[in-house]
Amino acid sequence: MNALNETDNTRSRILKDKIVLGIVIFFSLLTISPIVLIIGKLIAKGYKQLSFGFIVENTPSTFEAMTAISNHETIPGGIANGLVGTLLMVAMAAAIAIPVGIIAGIYLYETPGKFLPNLIRNVSDILQGVPSIVLGLISYMWVVKHVTNGFSALAGSVSLAIMMLPMIVRSTEETFKMIPQSLKEAALALGVPYYKVILKVMIPTGFSGLLTGILLAIGRVMGETAPLMLTALGSSVINLNIAKPTSAVPLLIWEFYNDPNMVDLIWSSSLLLMIIVLSLNVISKQIAAGRK
Amino acid sequence: MNPNIVTIKDPILTIEDLSIAYDKKVAVKNVTVGIKKNSVTAIMGPSGCGKSTLLRALNRMHELYENITTTGSVRLNDEDIFKMSTIRLRRKMGMVFQRPNPFPTMSIYENVIAGYKLNGNSIKKKEKDEIVERSLRDVALWDEVKDSLNKKGTFLSGGQQQRLCIARALAFGPEVILLDEPTSALDPIATSKIEDLLIKLKEHYTIVLVTHNMSQAARISDYSMFMYLGELVEYGKTKNMFTNPQDKRTEEYLTGKFG
Ligand SMILES: Nc1ncnc2c1ncn2[C@@H]1O[C@H](COP(=O)(O)OP(=O)(O)OP(=O)(O)O)[C@@H](O)[C@H]1O
Ligand SMILES: [Mg+2]
Repeated sequence: MNALNETDNTRSRILKDKIVLGIVIFFSLLTISPIVLIIGKLIAKGYKQLSFGFIVENTPSTFEAMTAISNHETIPGGIANGLVGTLLMVAMAAAIAIPVGIIAGIYLYETPGKFLPNLIRNVSDILQGVPSIVLGLISYMWVVKHVTNGFSALAGSVSLAIMMLPMIVRSTEETFKMIPQSLKEAALALGVPYYKVILKVMIPTGFSGLLTGILLAIGRVMGETAPLMLTALGSSVINLNIAKPTSAVPLLIWEFYNDPNMVDLIWSSSLLLMIIVLSLNVISKQIAAGRK
Repeated sequence: MNPNIVTIKDPILTIEDLSIAYDKKVAVKNVTVGIKKNSVTAIMGPSGCGKSTLLRALNRMHELYENITTTGSVRLNDEDIFKMSTIRLRRKMGMVFQRPNPFPTMSIYENVIAGYKLNGNSIKKKEKDEIVERSLRDVALWDEVKDSLNKKGTFLSGGQQQRLCIARALAFGPEVILLDEPTSALDPIATSKIEDLLIKLKEHYTIVLVTHNMSQAARISDYSMFMYLGELVEYGKTKNMFTNPQDKRTEEYLTGKFG
């Protein structure tokens, strides 16, 4: 091979590199374009409605909304009933799913390759693929029918908790797997009993990993609508009784969509929900990055 | 009886006919040996010959593995270790690992007293301060870290971390310190510091050290064991073993023919 050929080769290689790079960038931009478009649309259409009142006031009646529209005023009221309901139900779901999920995750980590843990892992993976409306149905049959005898925040939380569980189980197991075995041995070699090693060494060491998993799971269920339709139902006022029907932001968005007088409110509500979920995502990414 | 295994008078540790198997794989075969108090004993042998398994049996860390069978006996000052609680046993037998493993969530100070902290033993602040200072002085780390005791242990260099781990093992005031290739992850300077330290520590403690490094064994150990395929082939004064090995396999190992 002579020198000329080599430079030719190099040149065409560089050209190929550039073309491939261009294609990669194009498709990457294509992937993120929906989210950019969505956020842009939400901001453009929803920002006018966003105000302090939007956060602290309950949803207006369809009549109030109609009057405001015919007078060319902004629709009064807000989505406080939905925000409070979402916070209440997500908090209760987290209170159920976090301890159960972490304990199950520790169990899977501690007993790899055994029949029961493998079964649990597989079931948990399957659970992750179950349509959320089916989880709502399950909670309907368990909680709505037999526990609260009616639609309730508790029933909503249970359906959300079932959704969160597999995510927390997995993230716990993965987090613990990343902790060097030698750390556990160091504690055991100091005569520390096993459960204390888990509580005082493994959990603190993996804390940020566990927290990341939890925040992602919370972000996931925060926007869930379908299971809540079958369980929490909705409410036009703030409800703090866990045995009573309760609203949630995604439920409100669905209601606004179905009411021609209120349809304008879907933009601001979606924007707010999006801001909350994205913030959770960003926070969990930050925590995960800080871990490295 | 293997004639190439010397008998130790008044040993602190007496290992008798100890065999350990993982499932069906026998890792330690019928080892009978005594460990001399206030000495450094090196365990040598090719990879996979059972050094770590034997060492970990001494504080029963080998029981962490499943399907393990142990037969024979080990006595610490004439007390059967398999009848002691692992908590008490491990307080008497500190352990240091191949890679420095300070607890990343704890400060230097907390790492030293981790044994108390994690076990939930409440001791007075003054007593804690004393233990921390004494242990860190013992490992010649006090002067280097006394102004940064509240920094995380993981900020230290590898060699300092390993000395911190030794200090952590010393904090309980153990009788024996077990070390499994404690310098294999360290640079030569950090290694020689640890070697000097071990020589000094034998005044107060008995040291059992697994090492792949023959010159390290020659430099710091008083007694040496040579293991091969789970068997204890030869045991005696390090000087004698290096100058005049009795078993052919020991000789081949020491002259670098295998291992
Ligand atoms: N957890 C385990 N499960 C099954 N077999 C094991 C386990 N640990 C060790 N073994 C086997 O037992 C034998 C002795 O292992 P051990 O770790 O004691 O050797 P070693 O002399 O310390 O080796 P190295 O010098 O490589 O550290 C090896 O054949 C190894 O494959
Ligand atoms: Mg080993």
